[in-house]
Amino acid sequence: MIKKNTPQERRIILKHADDPKYSNKIGCYLKNDGYSMLKKAFKMKPEEIGEEVMKSGVRGRGGAGFPAGMKWKFLDRKSGKPIYLICNADESEPGTFKDRQIMHKDPHQLIEGMMIAAYAIGAKQAFIYIRAEFFKGAHILEEAIAEAKEKNFCGDKILGSSYSCDLVVHRGAGAYICGEETGLIESLEGKRPNPRIKPPYFPAVLGLYQCPTIVNNVETLCNVKHVLEMGGEEFAKIGKPNNTGTRIWCVSGQVQKPGYYEFECGALTLGEMIYDVCGGLLPGRTLKAVIPGGSSSKILRADERFTGKLKDGSDFDWGIEDIPLDFDGPASVGSMSGSGGIIIMDDTVDMVEAMANINAFYAHESCGQCTPCREGSLWMKKITKRMCEGDARHEDADLLLSVANQIEGRTICAFGEAAAWPTQSFIAKFRDEFEQKAKNGNNKPSLQLI
Amino acid sequence: MSSNGNSSMVTINLDGKEVDVPAGINIIEAAAIHGTEVPHYCYHPQLSVAGNCRMCLVEMGTPMRDRGTGEAILDKDGVQKIGWIPKPVIGCGTNVSPGMHVKTNSSMVTGSQEGIMEFLLVNHPLDCPICDQAGECRLQEFATDYGRGYSRYVERKNVKPKRTKLGPRVTLDDERCILCSRCIRFCQEVVDDDVLGFVDRGSFSTLTCFPGKELSNNYSLNTVDLCPVGALTSTDFRFKMRVWFLKESPSICTESSAGSNIVVSSREGEIYRITPRRNDSVNDSWMTDSGRELYKQVKSDDRIITPNIDGESSTLADAISSASELLKDKKLAIVGSCRSTVEEQYLLTKLARNSKGKKYLRGHFGDDDGILLASDRTPNLRGALATGFSAKYPSDQLSDLSRALSKGQFDTLLVMGEDILDSGVTRDDLKGVKVIYLGTHRNETSALANVLIPTLTSFEKTGSFINRTFRLQSFKQAVPGPAGLLPDLHILASLINSLLEEGEQSADLAQIWKQLSKPATSIFHKLGFSSIPSDGFQLDGKKWSELDFVEKKALHFSPANQLQEA
Repeated sequence: MIKKNTPQERRIILKHADDPKYSNKIGCYLKNDGYSMLKKAFKMKPEEIGEEVMKSGVRGRGGAGFPAGMKWKFLDRKSGKPIYLICNADESEPGTFKDRQIMHKDPHQLIEGMMIAAYAIGAKQAFIYIRAEFFKGAHILEEAIAEAKEKNFCGDKILGSSYSCDLVVHRGAGAYICGEETGLIESLEGKRPNPRIKPPYFPAVLGLYQCPTIVNNVETLCNVKHVLEMGGEEFAKIGKPNNTGTRIWCVSGQVQKPGYYEFECGALTLGEMIYDVCGGLLPGRTLKAVIPGGSSSKILRADERFTGKLKDGSDFDWGIEDIPLDFDGPASVGSMSGSGGIIIMDDTVDMVEAMANINAFYAHESCGQCTPCREGSLWMKKITKRMCEGDARHEDADLLLSVANQIEGRTICAFGEAAAWPTQSFIAKFRDEFEQKAKNGNNKPSLQLI
Repeated sequence: MSSNGNSSMVTINLDGKEVDVPAGINIIEAAAIHGTEVPHYCYHPQLSVAGNCRMCLVEMGTPMRDRGTGEAILDKDGVQKIGWIPKPVIGCGTNVSPGMHVKTNSSMVTGSQEGIMEFLLVNHPLDCPICDQAGECRLQEFATDYGRGYSRYVERKNVKPKRTKLGPRVTLDDERCILCSRCIRFCQEVVDDDVLGFVDRGSFSTLTCFPGKELSNNYSLNTVDLCPVGALTSTDFRFKMRVWFLKESPSICTESSAGSNIVVSSREGEIYRITPRRNDSVNDSWMTDSGRELYKQVKSDDRIITPNIDGESSTLADAISSASELLKDKKLAIVGSCRSTVEEQYLLTKLARNSKGKKYLRGHFGDDDGILLASDRTPNLRGALATGFSAKYPSDQLSDLSRALSKGQFDTLLVMGEDILDSGVTRDDLKGVKVIYLGTHRNETSALANVLIPTLTSFEKTGSFINRTFRLQSFKQAVPGPAGLLPDLHILASLINSLLEEGEQSADLAQIWKQLSKPATSIFHKLGFSSIPSDGFQLDGKKWSELDFVEKKALHFSPANQLQEA
């Protein structure tokens, strides 16, 4: 590999985030040309904004990467029912901490993006659904909304126009599943956040209070502002085709400089991220594995070769360090960029213990509504916990894989996949470690059937 | 594509066979029509779709069309390609559409079913030997039919509350609960009494009552019937009897004019429980809790089991003959009952005709709950109208009779199970009047009867009732009556025969129905007892639409006068 210069961040969303002179008050935001895009938006027709977002190709930053403009187009406008806009600020995926930065450091950017989006889709009411643990974030947002209302950037007759849209912060009660959009909607309605069955409950048709609803991630909604600023076509030039704009990558795990970094999509590889941007691994360690998109994405092994065809038809032959950081890169090697949470693991990590940790999370967070996820996630947790406690059996690896396979694709929401993919990939990539546990760890009396 | 001319039917491909099914129904129902079982727990035809048990997963595909042009995509044989969905879909939440292909037995489907069964059982206590549901448990049935037959689970099972009292009549075993939410949806959607919900998350989710609430509505025991496993149990029936010993007899609830279809479960002549029987035109799959208690009257302390003449025990034959003697050439009044069957009312009408007795009828009324407990608390008021026993709508008072008695118009009274002393007739009115009482239970009237003839409860005889919608519904004897007693029809026929100079009144149901259905003007015209369908027969009650029926709008019922206004 030819040594290149350290890739440079391109900060659009987090432009002001770490400027010591920048504050989250509206005065500071206005001084930096804040809310000028909202004013611009109100001179446009709502459909024109939607068209720009469509042209920009901006994909959802919450995890699934669905094009935002397309999502807006699915809105059922014929029903005559009120339309709702919800910002999904339930950032809960282990390894992800980007939305928090935006809300803490630049809340008005989110509010501006939301009000542009609300105007574009014709929303009657907008909500920010924020996870319970972000109490400071909720407080900052509430203050910012009050400031914005005072200046007439949201609320009644925005900027003197005939359009009114209130913005409300709603705090969750501490459940990962509230990040699933239909679970979020149920929670917002005041119910237990059991995700809804789809069909028929697609939010764009039957969402909040059975009305058409758009649910977008914090980062996605911030992007709307920048799409308007640059124009859709110009925005689409950032990054790569089908992977437009910047992404905020959240690097955690055993690197020298973990943190959040905003890059143009595809501007750097995973290797550059680890070694150049994050300062490499801790002294004396070697890379073992990477989870590229939050804990639910499939793990990649450091010594793997990834080959195949890209979407444009060209062949690729990559090591883990060559994987480009965008939407399609991690996807083409069988994982996903998800919510941008890159978890780095070095050679000190016991993969069975890492698996046990992830399984414990999903068993704890399963809503319990549908059978495979409810029972499967707890079962996998019990198996890996037992393995770590020295009671591993040689058949446990196969059993884990089988349980995961029995969950995947059979649940109401994508939580089933989120719970199954880690196990499937850990067993596929690190089966040797799971089997080793059975060989050397059996220092306990054999299990009693209970 | 469907080439079916009938627009309300669509053609789908079910396991490789083209079949016609009604449009708009889901895959579970569509498959059931053609004899294919799609196993399910949370789906119930009369509740909203929850889609949470995942047992009804099937493989589904629809005919492919070009997204741009909408044109059919054909394979090289010119047949439209099927776009199979790569994941299994829920049969309960997927409605049929023209040309849809469904596989209910592919390896993807059976693999899903095995997986779901295993998951449902990993934290299940497997206490079938002491579980009331054993024998009628969907977990047992589907584990046998769709499970792997062995367990791979060696971890500790979850521990949950074993005997929570959700209300006065329902006891919950949370470890057995598979969290299908049928009970929750029933309380919300049918009874509008939202008291049940889940607490905690994941596999530790637990069914419970909301704080300060209890499951005490008059439909609470339906949650026990709805529960596909042994989690919700009837406190009354709990640990009393293994269900496979029970004989099930279809019957009709006599609590009110709703006429809920029921199943009477008995063993060796003793009734153990009453459960609803599905009838989508009458009671869906529900019944009241109060209706389930009615079987207790069969063995109650105040049951009349011995015939009695002037306070002395007698044989049934003697009692009937003294009653016959009392009827002859007397100034007779007959008090009929809305609790008698259609056939009994018919014979009573005939008895009145032959004895020149004057007919009186009394109603029993209460509050209407808007579901299955009607204001009219008798099962067969409309039978009394249809058989001609009464032309006018009865009141709950017998003031006409009282007036006539006080004027000395009658010297003999035949009473069918009614307590006339609590409905306006006084003891003074009855001075010098001979009373013949036919009934099942003791009351003040039976206490002063000169001739007391025990009769049978609806559980012990066969007959038919006409409910509030004028639906004729038959029921069969479920348990034998007390030793030595005869059905009411036999007693009434004997009394008629003692008055007849020629011919004979048969007590046989088929014969009685021949007579009933003979007049061309009768609403029973051309009907026979054995031809009444198991879900009843809708009669035309237009003739009585002028009457002021007391029933309010309720499940499958709209009052006639309300309809006219609308």
